[in-house]
Amino acid sequence: MPAIIKNNQVVDDQWTLLEADAQLEQALHTQQAIIPLALWQQHKEQLQAVQPLGIWLEAGQAIEDIVDDLTHFAVIALNFPAFTDGRHFSSARLLRERYSYNGEIRAIGDVLRDQLFFMQRCGFDAYAIRTDRCPTDALQSLTELSVTYQAAHDQSLPLYRRRSA
Amino acid sequence: MYIYDHYDQQIVEDRVKQFRDQTRRYFAGELSEDEYLPLRLQNGLYVQRHAPMLRIAVPYGLLATKQLRMLAHITRKYDKGYAHITTRTNVQLNWPALEDVPDILDDLASVQMHAIQTSGNCIRNTTTDQFAGVARDERIDPRPWCEIIRQWSTFHPEFARLPRKFKIAVNGCTLDRAAIEVHDIGLEALHNAAGELGFRVLVGGGLGRTPIVGSCINEFLPWQHLLSYLEAILRVYNRFGRRDNKFKARIKILVKALSPAVFAERVAEEWAHLKDGPITLIEEEVERVSKHFTDPAYLDLSDQDAELAALDVAHPGFARWRSRNVVAHKKPGYAAVTLSLKKTGIAPGDVTEKQLDTIADLADKYSFSEVRNTHEQNIVLADVEQSKLFELWEQLREHGFATPNIGLLTDIICCPGGDFCALANAKSIPVAEAIQERFDNLDYLFDIGNLDLNISGCMNACGHHHIGHIGILGVDKKGEEFYQVSLGGSSGRQASLGKILGPSFAQDIMPDVISKLIDVYIEHRTPEEQFIDTFQRIGINTFKERVYASNH
Ligand code: HEM
Ligand code: SF4
Repeated sequence: MPAIIKNNQVVDDQWTLLEADAQLEQALHTQQAIIPLALWQQHKEQLQAVQPLGIWLEAGQAIEDIVDDLTHFAVIALNFPAFTDGRHFSSARLLRERYSYNGEIRAIGDVLRDQLFFMQRCGFDAYAIRTDRCPTDALQSLTELSVTYQAAHDQSLPLYRRRSA
Repeated sequence: MYIYDHYDQQIVEDRVKQFRDQTRRYFAGELSEDEYLPLRLQNGLYVQRHAPMLRIAVPYGLLATKQLRMLAHITRKYDKGYAHITTRTNVQLNWPALEDVPDILDDLASVQMHAIQTSGNCIRNTTTDQFAGVARDERIDPRPWCEIIRQWSTFHPEFARLPRKFKIAVNGCTLDRAAIEVHDIGLEALHNAAGELGFRVLVGGGLGRTPIVGSCINEFLPWQHLLSYLEAILRVYNRFGRRDNKFKARIKILVKALSPAVFAERVAEEWAHLKDGPITLIEEEVERVSKHFTDPAYLDLSDQDAELAALDVAHPGFARWRSRNVVAHKKPGYAAVTLSLKKTGIAPGDVTEKQLDTIADLADKYSFSEVRNTHEQNIVLADVEQSKLFELWEQLREHGFATPNIGLLTDIICCPGGDFCALANAKSIPVAEAIQERFDNLDYLFDIGNLDLNISGCMNACGHHHIGHIGILGVDKKGEEFYQVSLGGSSGRQASLGKILGPSFAQDIMPDVISKLIDVYIEHRTPEEQFIDTFQRIGINTFKERVYASNH
């Protein structure tokens, strides 16, 4: 089983990520499947019964497409086609801060150590580090900066409302 | 100026450690070239023709003398003894060794400086008017707002991987010396009819490959909502800006594709959720930051008009210098002085380590131990007593800073170009120098009057050529360096973009081309007209005919 970072620890991943072209059958027969958005949209009726279920979105797919269904998902995985792509940084904040999603938000795809600090601030709590890299090594980035100016998922107030002179 | 507290200091210190480790991992092969690239870029580190180039942040251009001396020390210790003032008021080193950069950052952190987000696809250094806080035409001091934006944008987690670079400028004056209309976001601080403070918000301006003047998407944003509104703009851009083509990834392309009106609606929708949230600015914070920008201990002085006029008569050189390099100050008896870094034969914006130390000494003696970098690549002593101007002038002459050319043709804005920059199509520094040599007669230069001549070595437009009255752009013609000339650009209010004159020119004839353009202006101008006025009245054709006539 591949290792992932979950809640600041390296653990064995219990979930199976299904490919973008996965079929309904596969989803129904896989324990703890993370299914592509398209599959959910096509077969919502049947998939609603599957528990637990995860879903994943491409970087160009908008979380607004799933916000009415959030209670069905134990995991929402957000794909990074490149480590330079920050679109889902916004998605994660919206899921947490606007849509009050409490399940796992997982970064998948081109996920490397140096994105993690920003990701955790945006609301990610799980990271499938690219398989050629060490998740244990990546853990260190989560604590690299000890002070942050902005309000975000991890910190509800900006520094200027926490500062004691 | 803003002084770090332990929080601010901790952030830059953590950053040095983080970058030291990233650099270690790069040398150990744990980070590939590609992976290290965005990390080093967001720390101002480009790899250029000769060596890495390090861009050090000078937030909104302000430097204390302690920081200047540290820059002098760094250029001595780690570089070749000179630094470069950029068109975004930062400082660039051209020759540091990659492995020394963490140590350089350590030195910078010791004087509350850093290189955070000076390049890369993130929110860059916020810029403003070099005369902020001292200008006579100032309505609102932009500096506290720049600092508030600096803190909000520093390591903003959501906007750390934007589609492309992002630049914000703030103006608080009647005139716009910050060129806010050609920034990704331009903010104009103002009071509304009810006397409340807020910002007019422009978005989608920018130079580069597709130059565009920004569009206003909010006529009055109350100050409390500044950050939530910026966050809304950035969120719309981060989510929907193009990422498939680097040349179409700036926010201006998104604003244009959607239309400014639709973009404004998208921002308004997003803002509706964020407005009045936890990042609403509070009076205490604005006061806390503003306290760092209060007036220095000015003396109660009166203007020295008669005394200075008498000195003018006795010393024509002083008169000349005063007419170009000294501007009025809000406080009677004071003046703001621009040190020209545009002496012929020296790359525009370059300063040696000795000069940096000298400037620090002069600022300690004459200007409350602070200086400002300008986007025209000069340095300002903002608070000089008028009665000391003459004495200061004599010292500036001695050190090569008294060239009386601020705002004149030879005060050229010029990017590093092909001598240093790996992206360049052509060199820019030698062209600047050849033009400066051509116009070395001061009487003639003064007669020509105000003229912005801007040179970029490629269409990235670091030299702001689109908004020069005369703009010069390096182009590549079958492997050879050529120069395209445009006319009629201007920054400031009602910014306009230059029009291309015609086919490009070889380097050696550039001074002739500029001479001909100036001849046309001199022949056609009315007594009160500047170059740009004459151009706007007579149009481009007269210039075109003259310049290209001799080619046939
Ligand atoms: C740059 C190369 C790597 C370095 C420097 C590195 C470093 C480390 C270190 C220091 C540990 C911790 C050992 C301990 O806690 O006692 C570790 C554990 C581990 N590494 Fe790596 N590693 C590297 C590459 C990889 C790769 C390519 C993988 C495969 C994806 C990997 C997977 C793991 C796993 C699964 C653990 C065990 C985690 C645990 O049991 O908590 N490592 N690594
Ligand atoms: S304009 Fe082009 S050549 Fe000049 S500094 Fe910018 S990227 Fe380099």
